[in-house]
Amino acid sequence: MSFSKNACIAGIYEHPLRVAPNHTVAQLHAEVAYGALQDAGLTLKDVDGYFCAGDAPGMGPVSMADYLGLKNLSYLDSTDTGGSSYLTHVNHAARAISTGQCRIALITLAGRPKSEGSSGTQVRSQYASAPDFAFEKPYSPAPLNTYAMCAMRHMYEFGTTSEQLAWIKVAASHHAQHNPNALLKDVLTVEDVLNSPMIADPLHRADCCVVTDSGGALIVVHPDIAKTLKKPVITMMGAGESTKGQMGGKVDLTYSALAWAAPRAFEEAKLTPDQIRYASIYDSFTITVLIQLEDLGFCKKGEGGRFVEDGQLIAGKGKLAFNTDGGGLCNNHPANRGGMTKVIEAVRQLRGEAHPAVQVPNLEFALASGIGGALGTRHGAAALIMGRL
Amino acid sequence: MLEENLVVHQLPSPIINPENQVFWQAAQKDRLVLKVCNSCKEVHYYPRAICPHCGSNDTVWINSEGVGEIYSFTVMRRGVEVPFAMAYVCLKEDISLLTHLYGCDFDAIYIGQKVQVVFQETQDGQKTHLFKLLV
Repeated sequence: MSFSKNACIAGIYEHPLRVAPNHTVAQLHAEVAYGALQDAGLTLKDVDGYFCAGDAPGMGPVSMADYLGLKNLSYLDSTDTGGSSYLTHVNHAARAISTGQCRIALITLAGRPKSEGSSGTQVRSQYASAPDFAFEKPYSPAPLNTYAMCAMRHMYEFGTTSEQLAWIKVAASHHAQHNPNALLKDVLTVEDVLNSPMIADPLHRADCCVVTDSGGALIVVHPDIAKTLKKPVITMMGAGESTKGQMGGKVDLTYSALAWAAPRAFEEAKLTPDQIRYASIYDSFTITVLIQLEDLGFCKKGEGGRFVEDGQLIAGKGKLAFNTDGGGLCNNHPANRGGMTKVIEAVRQLRGEAHPAVQVPNLEFALASGIGGALGTRHGAAALIMGRL
Repeated sequence: MLEENLVVHQLPSPIINPENQVFWQAAQKDRLVLKVCNSCKEVHYYPRAICPHCGSNDTVWINSEGVGEIYSFTVMRRGVEVPFAMAYVCLKEDISLLTHLYGCDFDAIYIGQKVQVVFQETQDGQKTHLFKLLV
């Protein structure tokens, strides 16, 4: 069912902290919820749909709904596809609003991986009951090593280079210098990336995203409500989601589930990739961006390296501005889940609220995409296309 | 370099359950077994009671030759107690499995390299499969 422009993103909030040792996770969820409601010009009493993922403490949405004081909710969703969950939540919220099941949806994300000592080199123990983990536990699959194998295979099949991957980080760092809240604000060169320590071949430390505390929230509403609010109306035009794994042993690391999800989003939005001038692309690692660019159709499979080199992702310089907040690579990757901040920066761009140094002028359409879980083993993916209509 | 990489890395143990115990009993005898589906004739991995290719529950265990080639790999150099080489090995039976490469020079690994299964005890004594490079 198409949402036929029947849902709008009316509120966004990114927590300004990057280290929050004295907050609880529930408290961070609440702070971002109130931040997004205030941004929209709504109150908690208006909310009738609530969405959260595995970062929310307690059982699904139940504990956080209670903590927040939400009453008489008519729609709940705790779909968890890792860092892409929040893009999926926007898709689900838009469809729930389109079919009249709720009118004002709140989506929250928060966590404290920085304060809790999390690292991308560690096995994520929350997946211990998964049937695959029974076989994979001896080999310590972690975000870094499984994404690294995708990069290694991409280099082998298509001749992609470490220099090309480095350009993705360089572009993110150019944007992060303008974001006072970014964890890493230094502008990097390709050499800086290549000279950072090798963590898991071929990924260097600088090919990796940051680890940060805090979170973000979104408000998705019916267009009738959006029209009554102060902010520019940002309308959902198309969305797609999917998952991909090892396919019974027919492993192919060269593409993501976005190869299935993105065409549906573009078809629904009645747009093509060449009409997109700003994209928020989930950047857990540089290779994550490169594979998504191909799967989204910005270039052909295998040509991602050439697409990103020489600053082509830098706002005002390249052909596609990406992650103008500095992305997960430099700014923020709260709760080890970057999908939320992808939507937030896409909405800022459409509203004209991005930093002037990175604002894409007269932007009509924006895309946000995400990969959650591990690209090299099994993951969820989602793409959203939004417009200032 | 080579000797340094041969430091025995005590691997975490697999999780044994009723659906996979035949696999781990075979590993204990230095045998790699796979599941094939009697309905669609496809081999799959990781082994399941129900075929992920066609949905049939008529799946049976077969012996693998334990030879294949490296589909992709990485060397986990930092953030772990002992560096290790992780790989997807594509077996002759046309399925790829996540594994480690055994006792090799990290800088000599390449995609397409031929490998042979070996078995190593994990922390609780259960053996698991690794692959050594066939030069």
